[in-house]
Amino acid sequence: MSDPEASVSAPIAQPSVAAAEAGTTRRAAFGVRWRRQLEAVLIPVGAIAVSLILFGVFCFFAGANPLAVYASIDKAAFGSWYSFQNTLVRAAPLMLCALCTAIPFRLGLVVIGNEGAFVIGGLCATIVGLQMPTGSPLTVQIAMALSGMAAGGFWILLVGALKYYRGVNETISSLLMNYIALALLNQAVNSWIKDPSSLNKPSSYPIPDAQMLQPIGGSLVNWGLVFGIVACLITWFLMQKTTFGFQIRVIGGNIRAARLAGLPVGPTIVIACFLAGAAPGLAGMVEVAAVQGSASESLAAGYGYGGVLVAFLARQNAFGCILVSVLLGGLLASGGILQRTHHLPDATTLVFQGIVFLTILYSESLYGRWKFFREGNA
Amino acid sequence: MIKQLLVGMAAGLTVLGAASADDLKLGFIFVGPKDDYGYNQAHAQGETGISGLSGVKTVDEAQVPETVAVEETMRDMITQDSVSVLFPTSFGYFDPHIIKVAKQFPDIQFLHCGGLYAEGKTPKNVGSYFGYIDEAEYICGIVAASTSKTGKIGFIAAKPIPQVLRNINSYALGAQTVNPKISVQVIFTGDWSLPVKEAEAANSLVDQGADVLTCHVDSPKVVVQTAEKRGVYVTGYHANQSAMAPKGYLTGAEWDWTNVYGMYIKLLQSGKTLENGGIPHMFRGGIKDGFVKVSPYGSAVSEQGKAAAEAAKAQFLAGTMIIYKGPISDNKGKVVIPAGTSMDQKDPGLEKMDYLVAGVVGSTQG
Repeated sequence: MSDPEASVSAPIAQPSVAAAEAGTTRRAAFGVRWRRQLEAVLIPVGAIAVSLILFGVFCFFAGANPLAVYASIDKAAFGSWYSFQNTLVRAAPLMLCALCTAIPFRLGLVVIGNEGAFVIGGLCATIVGLQMPTGSPLTVQIAMALSGMAAGGFWILLVGALKYYRGVNETISSLLMNYIALALLNQAVNSWIKDPSSLNKPSSYPIPDAQMLQPIGGSLVNWGLVFGIVACLITWFLMQKTTFGFQIRVIGGNIRAARLAGLPVGPTIVIACFLAGAAPGLAGMVEVAAVQGSASESLAAGYGYGGVLVAFLARQNAFGCILVSVLLGGLLASGGILQRTHHLPDATTLVFQGIVFLTILYSESLYGRWKFFREGNA
Repeated sequence: MIKQLLVGMAAGLTVLGAASADDLKLGFIFVGPKDDYGYNQAHAQGETGISGLSGVKTVDEAQVPETVAVEETMRDMITQDSVSVLFPTSFGYFDPHIIKVAKQFPDIQFLHCGGLYAEGKTPKNVGSYFGYIDEAEYICGIVAASTSKTGKIGFIAAKPIPQVLRNINSYALGAQTVNPKISVQVIFTGDWSLPVKEAEAANSLVDQGADVLTCHVDSPKVVVQTAEKRGVYVTGYHANQSAMAPKGYLTGAEWDWTNVYGMYIKLLQSGKTLENGGIPHMFRGGIKDGFVKVSPYGSAVSEQGKAAAEAAKAQFLAGTMIIYKGPISDNKGKVVIPAGTSMDQKDPGLEKMDYLVAGVVGSTQG
């Protein structure tokens, strides 16, 4: 897959053209950009429409009325303020976890260690939080957030460093590090920070209620959503508008050329991977500080793997991650109503996600197939 | 316009499916699939068992993780499906999720499988139910030991937590009544559902000479199938797995949730609640109370084995059997229950078990 924005190059004006012709070229350039952007919107929207139709066929054969199913999905995901809050609550950790794949992807790395960074972030945030039982809520929360980000960042930094300095395949190493993170979590909640009263579900000591992250103003939504949106926007800005982002994109485009140009390839990879891991680390902290209240195996609930999915669906665009997370959050939130109202089997949500994922991945191959979106290029 | 039409259609469907107002509406929530051949299937069978009763309506949702997702499912069942009693069946739902939602809906009964009710701390509308399934494991141990020729039994377990250790120990103590020298070798896989590790553990135990396998994981499917494939015997857990091992299935420790849910429904229909004291906050029972049972014996079980198992069962039914009667030492030689001390099933000390009894090969360090 190539980066859509990076490959958009304005047509080069001929040096000898007259002023009038230059105007035409600008218009043509605008035309190209407009058509390209239309393509970038229409293809994913079309893919989602196709996946809805395919899912409708599945529902029909499973004995449910597809139209009623669509209405239920809409109602459960976006139909009311209450259901939209549920969607947002699920979307928040997905946004942060998606960045763990989206940032390194620009370097040409496919990192899937999101779950591990999430777990390690949550675990370290808990350990730090437990050291400050008398701290003011804000101090404790800031300390937890910083340690969660540092731990998650370090986790993925290791993946980047292993890749750059030792040539270890980053996809495999990050996948395996998920298991190491889980093992560390289990070891910690079974010994070092175990609350002896948590008999059959080994957990850490709880973070005191007063120090927990509170929901935003009486809603169900917690601060994770704000963190997620801000992190995605910062990432987008960093990638598109800064020299550092440019370095990352050059390295991802051609690492040898980047080296020849004298770019600090190693440090850039390591720093970018640190930022990538800090995002799910922060999500892990929010899961502990706003939802679970303690560290336990419940931390590994699959948000990390969901994040990989979001990053690919958003075509590794940080801004797109926000939108796709809300969409996927809605789909996840509607899983229940499919079972309860339409009596579809519990695997239906997985079938739906699978159809959406495959259709969108397939739609990637459609870019550039239609002349219409390329017109004005000549 | 189209959207309104669709919403209208959906509303129409909901009205068609609506129950009469007097029905008792129950909501069941499962952490895994309803057909996992194990923990979730046992609860789903319990739900199916009572859903036909008159005046009862059930609604369920499976594959609900132990996150905000379960809080949302509970709220949805209450507000959208007008459920008045919830059965969130996974242990991990309890703290913080059930406690949090129960505070928001004080009129709803939250009945949780396995949790511990703490007077004054847990909300009054939360109750807990669980069965002494180690009684059934004790009987399975007797059957296993009387069938084993090598004197080696393999036990594949998820985590060294009290509930699991209690099952392993009861199984071993049952087996030792038949053959005092029997060895029960334990492998902890580290998590509730790790099919590959479970298969590896099963194969390695058979390679080391075990000729009866059993397990305490969410789904015994892999262990039961591996045992059958390797030509050894197996005792099941959670639900009846005899269909997957027609030759090697000896018996199994099963939950009888249909019976437990039926008892709850009787109490609820006569107006009893957790708050008015009509329903106990801690609802516990063993074989005698119909919380647990053993699967019908397989063809490989000898008459002698059946007789020994039935004798133990009769003692459980009569209430005269105490599994944890001193002296009992752990497998490091330390006396854990001194001679003359008995711990009956309600003893809180058993809920904190952190040892493996003598005769069990393995370590609680996992």
